[in-house]
Amino acid sequence: MSNVVLQVEDLHTSFFTRMGEVKAVDGVSFLIREGETFGIVGESGCGKSVTGLSIMRLLPEPGGQIVGGKIILEGKNLLELSKKAMRAYRGKIVSMILQDPMSSLNPVYQVGDQIAESVRLHQGLPENMVEPEVISALRLLRIPAPEVRIKEYPFQLSGGMRQRVVGSIAMSCKPRLLIADEPTTALDSTIQAQYIALFEDIQAKTNVAIMFITHDFGVISRICDRVGVMYAGKIVETAPTREIFKAPKHPYTVALIHSVPRLDQKDERLFSIEGQPPSLMNLPPGCRFCPRCTVALDVCKEQQPPEVKISDNHSVSCWRVK
Amino acid sequence: MAEVLLEARDIVKHYPVTRGLLQRTVGWVRAVDGVSFTVEQGKTFSLVGESGAGKTTIAKAILLLERLTSGNILFEGKDVYKFSAAQLKTGYRPKVQSVQQNPWSSMNPRMRVRDIVGEPLFVNTKQPKKEVYDNVSKLLDQVGIGAEGMTRYPHEFSGGQRQRIAVARALALHPNLLVLDEPVSALDVSIRAQIMNLLKDLQTQFNLSYIVIAHNLATVRYMSHGVAIMYLGQLVEYGDTEELFKNPLHPYTRALISASQLTLPEDAKDGAKQIILTGEMPSPLNPPPGCRFHTRCAEAGELCSKEIPDMRQVGKNYVKCHHYK
Repeated sequence: MSNVVLQVEDLHTSFFTRMGEVKAVDGVSFLIREGETFGIVGESGCGKSVTGLSIMRLLPEPGGQIVGGKIILEGKNLLELSKKAMRAYRGKIVSMILQDPMSSLNPVYQVGDQIAESVRLHQGLPENMVEPEVISALRLLRIPAPEVRIKEYPFQLSGGMRQRVVGSIAMSCKPRLLIADEPTTALDSTIQAQYIALFEDIQAKTNVAIMFITHDFGVISRICDRVGVMYAGKIVETAPTREIFKAPKHPYTVALIHSVPRLDQKDERLFSIEGQPPSLMNLPPGCRFCPRCTVALDVCKEQQPPEVKISDNHSVSCWRVK
Repeated sequence: MAEVLLEARDIVKHYPVTRGLLQRTVGWVRAVDGVSFTVEQGKTFSLVGESGAGKTTIAKAILLLERLTSGNILFEGKDVYKFSAAQLKTGYRPKVQSVQQNPWSSMNPRMRVRDIVGEPLFVNTKQPKKEVYDNVSKLLDQVGIGAEGMTRYPHEFSGGQRQRIAVARALALHPNLLVLDEPVSALDVSIRAQIMNLLKDLQTQFNLSYIVIAHNLATVRYMSHGVAIMYLGQLVEYGDTEELFKNPLHPYTRALISASQLTLPEDAKDGAKQIILTGEMPSPLNPPPGCRFHTRCAEAGELCSKEIPDMRQVGKNYVKCHHYK
């Protein structure tokens, strides 16, 4: 088994608002190994992006706060680092790609300068070495004619190319962990396929650990080795991708997979999960999925289910699974 | 065969590109370039394509929000461009309604739900307020919101519920045709299924026709009877949905299907290999000569870059590709 790059233990992140505490992430644990892609899948508001931002320690302030747990990256608990020490990690050891490339790039700087920014900050290279480094970062993301592209502005690039530039910035310092938060959602499907193939390529070259946040099972099926399914601030099931699709155990995972229309089969009627996820300010005392669950037991209403390991790398939090 | 409700005949929409102080026209964006299709009564017709393919321009043209450069739109056999203003107001606009993609921007946040859904009735009928509100409460029941939502504001509802409200508003005037522009793509996975099921139920209940604009093929397969695949302002393949997914003809269709399949890597190995297209869609300002797809097509030959292929019938469906003769 290869080395563990990231270990998240019992992470709790809350937002403190005038209306009360919003428990966005409520006891999440998982680990990612070297060269592995771990997917986090869930609907909006389930806490998947907040988990990513917590690892980056980029929660919006004031309000967002990590209230408990450990985030161990390469043997170091990130939550014990000072703000200054964290800055040396961010971009160098752990970096992030966000959904919308137009808002993560600065429209008034040439893309080469935007990549050079992190190269200069983290690598301490002599000035004449910066540009070759920038060009090699663009090459890694297979951007054609990088020598020309570095002088262009984001508006001159297409959506797919912009997202590759964002990827180049993230990969420019060869991080150990890459957090990709819905990086393909804003892209067209044929461009999406290109971008995903690119991730596999990068991983083969650099052995980076990738945490892939998405709501799209199609993307998950293609790129992830293991998947964690999140619901209302908790990971309800973690398993290898194949098992998630072939033998899902948690009723939410089962329902979610069934409610996605499939290209290879024609359904007359789609399975749908009735109701909506609970408010994170007013969570049910028992299992969070209980109000929408069709197979709920009495115990589900009162007590939170423990995490049950059904095999080495498949665990489920559900009272029905023993 | 069901009756044809709407027909688009060779529709073209070019937008001028202007430059300089005098706003001289220096070029044309060929957003839609010669598209024909029919929508049958009680059926769903889907337009599929990537951004920039021209699908939304077609939707706007049908809703008469854009005037075509050339071509005709026939509604119940009559050319809508020959309708007088009064005929449009009574005979076309109320019968063709739309639901937009984003339920957060398609309603006025300061209006109550009963006024949002009731607005088409206030504008188009002389019903007194009380009667309008009665109708609104029935409409809200039909879409699964319930009359207790009447006096609430849009922000009090979730995305899925808002999309239901948008559907209620579109149904207020008893239309024949709904233009649904990406009706579920802004919603969460578990909510999408609810809305798609609702739309299907309403279709059977009221014998509605839908034009669905989408980029997600699985959604399209689930929703539609007929489908057209668009690329750079033109249809590349057109016909029956089931047939198209079983026997995709055009290389672009095959690439799109491959890109949206839920395939596990292990399963893919023994079956179909994933097709990954190289490059990006060229600019509609300056479309390539010959077949518009040839710059990205792995199967393109010499002829493809020279001659524009015709739409040909192959089996049950139609395709625009030189490989079928």
